[in-house]
Parts: sequence; C-alpha cells; structure tokens
Amino acid sequence: MPWMIPNIAKNLTGAPATRKYPFEKRPYFPGARGRLEVDFLTCTFCGLCERVCPAQAIKKIGDKKDPDVTMLYKPFACIYCARCAEVCKFGSIKIFEEHTAPADRKLTLGREGEPVDEEFLLNNGF
Amino acid sequence: MPRMTFPFGPQHPVLPEAIQLKLTVEDERVVEVLPAIGYMHRGIEKAAEKNPYLNNVFLCERICGICSFIHGMAYCQTIEEIMKVEVPPRAEYLRVIWSELSRLHSHLLWLGLLADSFGFESLFMQCWRVREIVLDVLEMTTGQRVIQSTCVIGGVRRDIDAEQAARMREMLKTLKPQIDAVIPVFKHDYTIKSRTVGRGVLPKDQAWKLGAVGPTLRGSGGAWDARMTGYAAYDELGFEPMVETDGDSYARTLVRVRETYQAYELVLKALDRLPEGETKVKVKGFPNGEAAIRVEQPRGELFYYALGDGTSHLERLKVRTPTFVNIPALLTMLPGCEIADVPVIVLSIDPCMSCTER
Repeated sequence: MPWMIPNIAKNLTGAPATRKYPFEKRPYFPGARGRLEVDFLTCTFCGLCERVCPAQAIKKIGDKKDPDVTMLYKPFACIYCARCAEVCKFGSIKIFEEHTAPADRKLTLGREGEPVDEEFLLNNGF
Repeated sequence: MPRMTFPFGPQHPVLPEAIQLKLTVEDERVVEVLPAIGYMHRGIEKAAEKNPYLNNVFLCERICGICSFIHGMAYCQTIEEIMKVEVPPRAEYLRVIWSELSRLHSHLLWLGLLADSFGFESLFMQCWRVREIVLDVLEMTTGQRVIQSTCVIGGVRRDIDAEQAARMREMLKTLKPQIDAVIPVFKHDYTIKSRTVGRGVLPKDQAWKLGAVGPTLRGSGGAWDARMTGYAAYDELGFEPMVETDGDSYARTLVRVRETYQAYELVLKALDRLPEGETKVKVKGFPNGEAAIRVEQPRGELFYYALGDGTSHLERLKVRTPTFVNIPALLTMLPGCEIADVPVIVLSIDPCMSCTER
C-alpha cells in the first residue's frame, strides 16, 4: 500500500499530536472565562451581582447599613458566566483566564476571601 | 425460535446518553421495540419558572451540552419576540457564526461517534481531533469551549474584533484540509458502507407522517430545515437544505457530512459580511404575552414556547427538542434489523437524551 508511506513517515518523524501535559500546558486564549476572584473589601454591597447571578453563587448577608454586613461566594456553585464581573462597577469581582485548581473540599468564601464555617452558612440559609 | 425481550440501555457502551429500548427479538431479528425515557430528567422547564427571565438564558444553555448556544439563542429569540425587541444586525450575524460553529463541532462529534458505534476507533479519534480546532475557535471568540454563554436577550455579550476574525480565519483554514482528510473515509470506506447502506430505512412518507425533523427527515428526502424560515441572518446569507433520498443510515450520514461543509462555508460567509454597529440593545420591562419560535439545531428543529405575565418570572416555558420527535421515527426503523445493527441505527438519528428529557 504505497499511498500510506508518506503518512507513516510523517507519523514516525513528526511531533506528537498531543501535548506533554503537565510539562507543557495549553495556552489560554485572551478573554477566556476561567477563574473568578472576589475582593469584597472594595465592595459597596449594592447587591447587583447577587441579582444577576443565574446560579445563586453570591449572597449578601445583612443590610447595606449594617456594620457586620458581608458577601459570600460559592466557587463550586459558580458557572463562570462572568455576569457579576460585567455589572460590578467597583472592581470587586474579576475574571481571569487560567482555570481554577482542583480542591479537596467545597469551600464558601467570605468577605476577605477567607473560608466560611458551616454553622454560619446554615444560620444564614446559604 | 421463541420470542425474547431484553433491554438495550440505559447503560450501553455505544450510547452516549441514557435511553432504554426494550427489544423483542426472534432469533437475531428485531420484531418490536419499546422505548423508555426519563433517566435524565432535570426539571429545567419548571426551574425556568422560578428564575428571573433574564437568568434563564444560562439555564436553557444547559439543556444540551453540544448545541448549548442554539438553545440560548432560541430562548432569547422567544423573549425578544414577546417584548418586540429589534436585535442589531451585527448581533444576528454573530449568532449565525456561533450557531454554525456549534453545528460544525456537533456533526464532527457525531461522525466520530458513528465510527465508534461499529468499532472504527481510529476514525473516531481523528474526527474528535479535528473537532478540537472548532472548540478552540469557540473558546477564543466566546470565552468557553462548550457552554458559550454569549447570547443574551437583546443581542450578544461579546464581539469578534478584526484581530480575532483574522485569527479565526487562520484557524479555519487549517481545519479545512483536516476535514477533507477525514470525510472521504465516510464516503468510500467499505466497512462503513457495509454497516450503514440499506440499514434502518425510513421512507419519505413515513418520515413526514411521524414528524421526523433534521437530518433524519432530510436523509429520507424531505426538504425541510428551520433555517429556511430565515431567522437571525440566514435569509441574507442564502441557505439551501441538504437532502438525500435513500432514507437509510448512510443517507443520514451523508446529510451530516454535507452539512459539515455547509456550516463551514456559512461561518466564513457570515464573517465576510459581518456588518458594523452595536451588538446589543438594552431591554427594559418584563415579558407580557406569548410567543413560539423554531430554530434548527444540529439534530433538527427545536421549538420554544414562552408565556409571560408581565412579571420578572415566566408563567410557562415549553421546549420541544428534535430527538423527542425523532424517537417515533426510530421505532419504525428498528423492526426487521439485526441486533448488531441496533446501535448504529439508534446513533443514526443522533439521539440527545439530555435534550429530550430536559
């Protein structure tokens, strides 16, 4: 089957079709929606992100004028549509191109990006 | 030989998704088929009534993972029709580009699955490798590979700028020779022909009578495609449905092969004619009234109906997906075939059960 010869030669001498992960990682396209970063220290608690989130992954706890008002973010409920990042006028939510690293437990992040304990979540119904 | 009934699915190496067919066989020949669906029901229609109508776009996109953009677009078109929103022409063209890219990657995925259904693993791998380029184009232009989330009510969320368009053309240029290398195998290979020609025949009159849609109908000679209605920018781009007349699994394969090329051409055509201007108009108020629209998915005609009562939540959302209407057609194809042909014939309608059961 002589018509196969160029293909065989190409396969023997050419580069592999796959990437050598994890030594060689896939480059991200600019504008890809990979990882969401919340920084609620700059947040004014307008609650717009909570309203537009289709997955209910963001929740405001307490009233805007309350001193212990806080925002919670569930990265594991997030669908990375980036609507919250689109509507936030204060730069509290940003979207990055690289994907989130795997985790060993489902965490909910608080105002300063710290993990929130289960009891607080249960008390606030989130 | 006495009759015997046994289940085919819901877990089967060939089926990409869960459907059960209770096959009654006499010797090796199938005489009766009874389908059982409901393994993947998620209650999306009900969930859509609980969400604000603007957020439902993202929910509807999750009805199907392969044609997610088309589902999102169909929902947006339904709400736009209720609210009488005029979508800017640039957004209409961008919608065509992304839907045709979805069709391109869906058909390449299906061609791979067909090859896989009769054990042609190397062809399966090649088809899926070619598909990666399309997914890369989608990621570059929309931000995600599979669930694009770019369609919103009133237009689209992202634009394709000149730099991206140039890169997209470059990537699509490398795609063409790769498709050209894979497709002749489907057209001329002995193994594929022996497993598909004359198997699972659906005559034209039966196809019309049973309400078959998409490539299943077009493979039987019915020249109908929802894109002929000219939604989005299809009326300006000029569109002809791809029709084959044999009605067997091979004809349905050829329809999809030709549609793969057609989708490729449509993407480039839409990219060339992309008008300048806005990509989105602001939508105010709540939907009040009802509307029904039809769009063409890679698997066939998709139907959306929405009823709004002037509040932020919809009263009712109804989705009729192409696989649901193609199941009766499948049931007339199967009797008379051999057990070994069942997986290939089931796959020839491109079943998408997560769509069907929502």
